[in-house]
Amino acid sequence: MNPVNYLYLAALLFTIGAVGVLIRRNAIVVFMCVELMLNACNLAFVTFSRMHGNLDGQIIAFFTMVVAAAEVVVGLAIIVSVFRARHSASVDDASLMKL
Amino acid sequence: MENLIALLIGAPLLGAAVLLCGGRRLDRSGHWLGTLLAAASFVIALALFADMLGKSADDRAMFQRLYTWIPVEGFRADMAFQLDQLSMTFVLLITGVGTLIHIYSIGYMEHDERRRRFFGYLNLFVAAMLLLVLADNYLLLYFGWEGVGLASYLLIGFWQHKPTAATAAKKAFLVNRVGDMGLSIAIMIMFTTFGTFTFGPVLAETGQASEGKLTAIGLMLLLAACGKSAQVPLQSWLGDAMEGPTPVSALIHAATMVTAGVYLIVRSADIFNAAPDAQLVVTVVGAVTLLFGAIVGCAKDDIKKALAGSTMSQIGYMILAAGLGPIGYVFAIMHLVTHGFFKAGLFLGAGSVMHGMNDEVDMRRYGGLRKYMPVTFVTFGLGYLAIIGFPGLSGFFSKDKIIEAAFAKGGTEGWILGSVTLLGAAITAYYMTRVMLMTFFGEKRWQPDENGEPPHPHESPKSMTIPMVLLAVGSVAAGAYFEFAGFVEWLEPVTGFAHGHSPLSAAAVTTATVAVMVIGVGLAYLQYGRKPVPVVAPRGSLLTRAARRDLLQDDFNHAVFVTGGTHLTRSLVYVDHTLVDGVVNGTAAAVGGLSGRLRKLQNGYVRSYAVSMFGGTAVLIAATLLMRAV
Repeated sequence: MNPVNYLYLAALLFTIGAVGVLIRRNAIVVFMCVELMLNACNLAFVTFSRMHGNLDGQIIAFFTMVVAAAEVVVGLAIIVSVFRARHSASVDDASLMKL
Repeated sequence: MENLIALLIGAPLLGAAVLLCGGRRLDRSGHWLGTLLAAASFVIALALFADMLGKSADDRAMFQRLYTWIPVEGFRADMAFQLDQLSMTFVLLITGVGTLIHIYSIGYMEHDERRRRFFGYLNLFVAAMLLLVLADNYLLLYFGWEGVGLASYLLIGFWQHKPTAATAAKKAFLVNRVGDMGLSIAIMIMFTTFGTFTFGPVLAETGQASEGKLTAIGLMLLLAACGKSAQVPLQSWLGDAMEGPTPVSALIHAATMVTAGVYLIVRSADIFNAAPDAQLVVTVVGAVTLLFGAIVGCAKDDIKKALAGSTMSQIGYMILAAGLGPIGYVFAIMHLVTHGFFKAGLFLGAGSVMHGMNDEVDMRRYGGLRKYMPVTFVTFGLGYLAIIGFPGLSGFFSKDKIIEAAFAKGGTEGWILGSVTLLGAAITAYYMTRVMLMTFFGEKRWQPDENGEPPHPHESPKSMTIPMVLLAVGSVAAGAYFEFAGFVEWLEPVTGFAHGHSPLSAAAVTTATVAVMVIGVGLAYLQYGRKPVPVVAPRGSLLTRAARRDLLQDDFNHAVFVTGGTHLTRSLVYVDHTLVDGVVNGTAAAVGGLSGRLRKLQNGYVRSYAVSMFGGTAVLIAATLLMRAV
C-alpha cells in the first residue's frame, strides 16, 4: 500500500482536529480535537519514518505521546477545576483575561 | 610706570566692590570713598601722562599684561592693557570729568537715602569705561563695552520706583544690545579673518584682508558705535535716559558711554581707512544724526532733553569727522574732549537749576534765573558760548576744524557734508540760545509744584558749584590749549593725520561758521528774547510736533519693530499650534486610533486566538514554501 495514503489520512485528521478546535465551545471536545491533531502529527511522523527508512520519526512520535499524556493530565485538571468553579465547560465563558 | 595702568581701573573697581558689598555701615562715608577712589584714578592718570610726555612721540605707548584671560588652543585672549596717546586722552577725560561729577553728586544726591549705592554705580561706570579704552584687544574692549551698558542701565534706572525711569533703563539696555550684536559679529569676523583680535596684529594686517570683509567689519563696528553713541538709527534711548539723576546724564554724555562709539571708530582707523564704503556710511550716519539731534533739541521744552538732543548732534559731528579718515580722526577726538567739558558743565548747570527749582524740568516754567543763581548762570553761559562755537572758546576751535575737514573731503560729498555741518552749527546756536533765554532771561514763569509750593530758586552748595566752575574753565580754555599745545602732533602717531585740501580757505570757513552762529543766535533771540515765552507750549508746526516726539523715532520703532515683532511671534505661535502641534498630536491620535482597533482583536475568546495562530502558521508555511519554490 502506498504510504502516501497515510499522509492524506494524517492531513484529514489534522484538519478535522483544527476545525474542531476553532468551532467547538465545549472545552472537553476542544481538548479531544487537540489530541486528534497531535495524533495526526504522530501518524505523519511514523509515515515519514517509514518512507525515508530511518527511525527518527518513530522516536519523535514516542516523545509526542509522552508530552500528550502529560498535557492531558494537566489540561483535564484545569478543565475540571474551571467547571467546578463556574459550572460551565464552555471555552467562551473563560474570557476574563481580556481587557 | 606700566604697572600703574591696572591701578587706573582697579581704583574705581575697588570702590564699586566696597560700596556695593559694604552694606549700610558705609552709608555715611561711602560717597567720600567713591569720590576719593575716582580722584585717585585721576592722579594716577596724571602721573602716567607726565611720564608719557617725557618720552619721544613714537615711544609713548605702554603695555601691561596681567594674565591670560581665556587660554584655549588657537584662541587666546589676554587681560592686557594698552595705554597710548589716544587711550591717555580718554583716560584723562574720563577720570577728570568723572571725578568732578562725583564731587558734584555729593551735593546733588545729599537727600537720597541710596546715595552709597549711587556712588558704587558711578565707580563701576568709570571702571568699565576705563577698561574699554585701555583694553589691548577687541574682546577685552567688548567686556568693558558691556560693563558700560550694565552701569548705564543701573544708573538710568536708579530711581526705579518711577515706572518711567525703569522703562527708560530697559529701553537703553535693549537698544544697546542691538549695537552690541554688531560689535560681537565684528569680533567674530575679525577672528576668522586675522586669527586674533589684539589691536596690534589686526590693525597692522588690514592690508591682507579683502575689502569686502573689511567693509563688513567696518559696518558692524559702526552699528556698535551707533548703539553706544546714540546715532541714527539707534538713538532713541538717549532722550529717555534723562530719567536718571542729572549727574548720570552728565557722565553718560560727557565722559563715558556715548564717547565709546567714537573711540571704537577712531581706534579701528586702519580698518576704516581700507574700507571707503564703510567710511562713507559713517559720514552719512554722522551727518544725519547731527541734523536729527539738532532738530529734536530745538523742540524740547524739558531742559535735559534739549541738552540730550544737543549731545546726539555733537556726537554726530564726531562720527562724521571720524568717517572722513585721517583728515578727521584727530578733530573728532578733539571735539570729543572739548565737548566733554562743556556738555558736562551744561548738564551740571541744568542739574543745579533743577535743584533750585523743586526738580522742575520744563524750561517754560523757568525764566529770569540769572539773578538768583549767579554762579550757575555764568558757568552755564560759558558752556553755552563754548558749544555754539563762540570765537576763542573751546567749541569754536574743535567744531571749526571739523567743518573745514568736511569741506576738505572733496567733490560733491565735501560740499554736502560741509553744508550739513554748517547748517548744524546754525541750529546748534539756535537751540542753545533758546535754552539759555528760556532759563535765565525773560520774566519769571515759575509755577508752584504739585504740593502747591512756589519754588525758591537759590544757588547750589559749594560741592556742586566748584565742579561747574572747573568745567567752565575747561570749556573756555581747552580748545585754545589744544590748538596751541599741539593736539594734532600728540595724537598723530596713533591715528595718523593728513592735511585736507579744502576748496574754501580756512578763513572763509571760519567766517562762515561765525556767520551762521550769529544767524542762529539772532533767530532764537527774535523768537524767545523779544517776545514773551508762553508757559504752555503752543501747538506748533508739523515739524515742531514731530520733533517733540523725537521725529517720530519711537513711533517708527513701534510700528516696525514692536508691531512687526508681535505679528512675527503671533504667526510663529500660529505655525506652532497648527503645524508642529498638528503633527505631534496627529501622530498620537493615529497611534491611539489604531490601537483602539487592534484592541478589538484581544476579545478574550480562546477560539479567536486559535484562528489567528492557525492563520499565522498557515501564512508562515505558505511563505516558506514560496521561498523554497523561488
